[in-house]
Amino acid sequence: MSEVRAIVEGACPGAVVEAIEHRGELTLGIRADRLLEVARFAAAAPLAFALLSDLTCADFPELPGRFRVAYHLFSIEDGSRLRLRAWAGADSPELPSVVEVWPTANWHEREVYDMFGVHFRNHPDLCRILMPLDWEGHPLRRDYPLGGEEVEFTDAV
Amino acid sequence: MTTGDRTGGIPVREEAHSAREAAEREGRELTETERAIAGAESFSPQEALARTELAEGQDLEPGFREPMIINLGPQHPSTHGVLRLVTQLDGEVVRDLHPVIGYLHTGIEKQCENKTYWQAITLVTRMDYLASFFNIHAYTMAVERLLDLPVPPRAQYLRVILSELNRVASHLVWLGTSGLELGAITVFFYTFREREQALDLFEMIAGDRMNTRFFQVGGCAEDMPPGFEARLRAFIEAMPARLDEYEELLSENPIWLQRTRGVGILPPDELVGLGVTGPALRAAGVDLDLRKAAPYSSYERFDFSVPLGARGDAYDRYIVRVRETRESLRIIEQALDGMPEGSHIADDRKVVLPPREELASSMEALIHHFKLVTEGFVVPAGETYTAVESPRGELGCYLVSDGGPKPHRCHIRDPSFVNLQALRPMARGGYLADLIAMIGSLDNVMGGVDR
Repeated sequence: MSEVRAIVEGACPGAVVEAIEHRGELTLGIRADRLLEVARFAAAAPLAFALLSDLTCADFPELPGRFRVAYHLFSIEDGSRLRLRAWAGADSPELPSVVEVWPTANWHEREVYDMFGVHFRNHPDLCRILMPLDWEGHPLRRDYPLGGEEVEFTDAV
Repeated sequence: MTTGDRTGGIPVREEAHSAREAAEREGRELTETERAIAGAESFSPQEALARTELAEGQDLEPGFREPMIINLGPQHPSTHGVLRLVTQLDGEVVRDLHPVIGYLHTGIEKQCENKTYWQAITLVTRMDYLASFFNIHAYTMAVERLLDLPVPPRAQYLRVILSELNRVASHLVWLGTSGLELGAITVFFYTFREREQALDLFEMIAGDRMNTRFFQVGGCAEDMPPGFEARLRAFIEAMPARLDEYEELLSENPIWLQRTRGVGILPPDELVGLGVTGPALRAAGVDLDLRKAAPYSSYERFDFSVPLGARGDAYDRYIVRVRETRESLRIIEQALDGMPEGSHIADDRKVVLPPREELASSMEALIHHFKLVTEGFVVPAGETYTAVESPRGELGCYLVSDGGPKPHRCHIRDPSFVNLQALRPMARGGYLADLIAMIGSLDNVMGGVDR
């Protein structure tokens, strides 16, 4: 597992800011401005993480970076997994889009934009995906209230 | 595509209008999908007709004429739920298509953050409602990994049995409805007859026919009830002959062949790039099954093969799914034969509810029960991603814990959501009628897509 870390650090020196091994999973924290470079490297040989299983975000309002986007990579060759993480920033959260590396990121990034308001630079089609196009606010942010939405059609009951 | 102001006619026009307003608010242009939706909504049937007539006057080849924009869905019997496709048609040829999803969005991920870990099981079950055992399996595996809680072998085997039975039931629904869409109505009656028996078995062991919460953190809620094994064995003994019956109806049926052969092909590397997993990927010849590639819940102990296709068209997906169903039956039989002795759930009183009979006699058990039900249990801080092979592909759960009794973030990677992305490149340049076969062959469940 530490081999993967060494390979990434060797190819992209300075890009890895933290490496965590927890419960048998390896997580590499990547500097936001170097994310695309690391993504390109991880997708090609020798690591060959050809499949981006999942891309999602978690909100930590009390932390300076606030939005932590996680990329779950999977290698079809040996079945290993790697998680990349990057902080998008609190005020105008933004990260480079990885659609050019893994086309599947298109909808995942749209979902993160829809739910958290994280902007992905150079995304080909960044608009809402699950919520209506004219929705205001980003529902999965921690400060977005649960049940704050009026229930329609209750008067008919 | 006109976006001019007109009044009346189409109720969804307002959404297009407010999309433009929202984009202006954010200081950006409309994106491709937004333009497509806005375009679709300002295009009346009369206009569409006028354009078709105009195109007929000119002597242009199909594919070069002004497109007609048709909303397919959101309520359309062949979309397996509420899926809306804004299609640009040139005659019968699909020039482009934009899936519009979210009609079943219920904010389950948000609700999970406000429930304790054991309460959230009830919610995640309802995402992909045809494969509910897989949803809970991915979720409970994530909680167990964060807790570092080993699951007893018997519980793992029970999970395998129910997962595979669920796979059989899900593939039966897929086969029946896909047949129905392409005009093979008989198959529908046959597959639903057998699916009913699978649901009866779920009811017998879990109490519910669908959306059970049978898998608990640490194992399964109950052991097999008396009579369950015999009934399940009878089911898996009868099934291969039933599958032969379906195959007799379809595999060499000229209409079925014409409708599915050569439909919806994408090259394997493009499928991987688009994140497609499950039978849709295996039909294209890529050997990726998480039960083999990253075994969980004792799958490494079972002898089964992973059926692969060659061409990757809708017909191959059909063959792969039918063969997979046969393999699932083999796995169930092996699991029943080799069922380990022991408990069906872990013996950790801080996490697992005490046995019912102890509540009447043991004060300690009563306290544990009360604490678990009212406060839940605490999960150490950390994050994990666990994935299972659902009937539609990789179903993963990303769980972030902040050390409290509720998940900080619970995200489900649903294969239906990801696989649906492949529909657009698949459908471009094909016929509208084939689009229906493609939707069917991808087997998306909208509850999973929208979550």
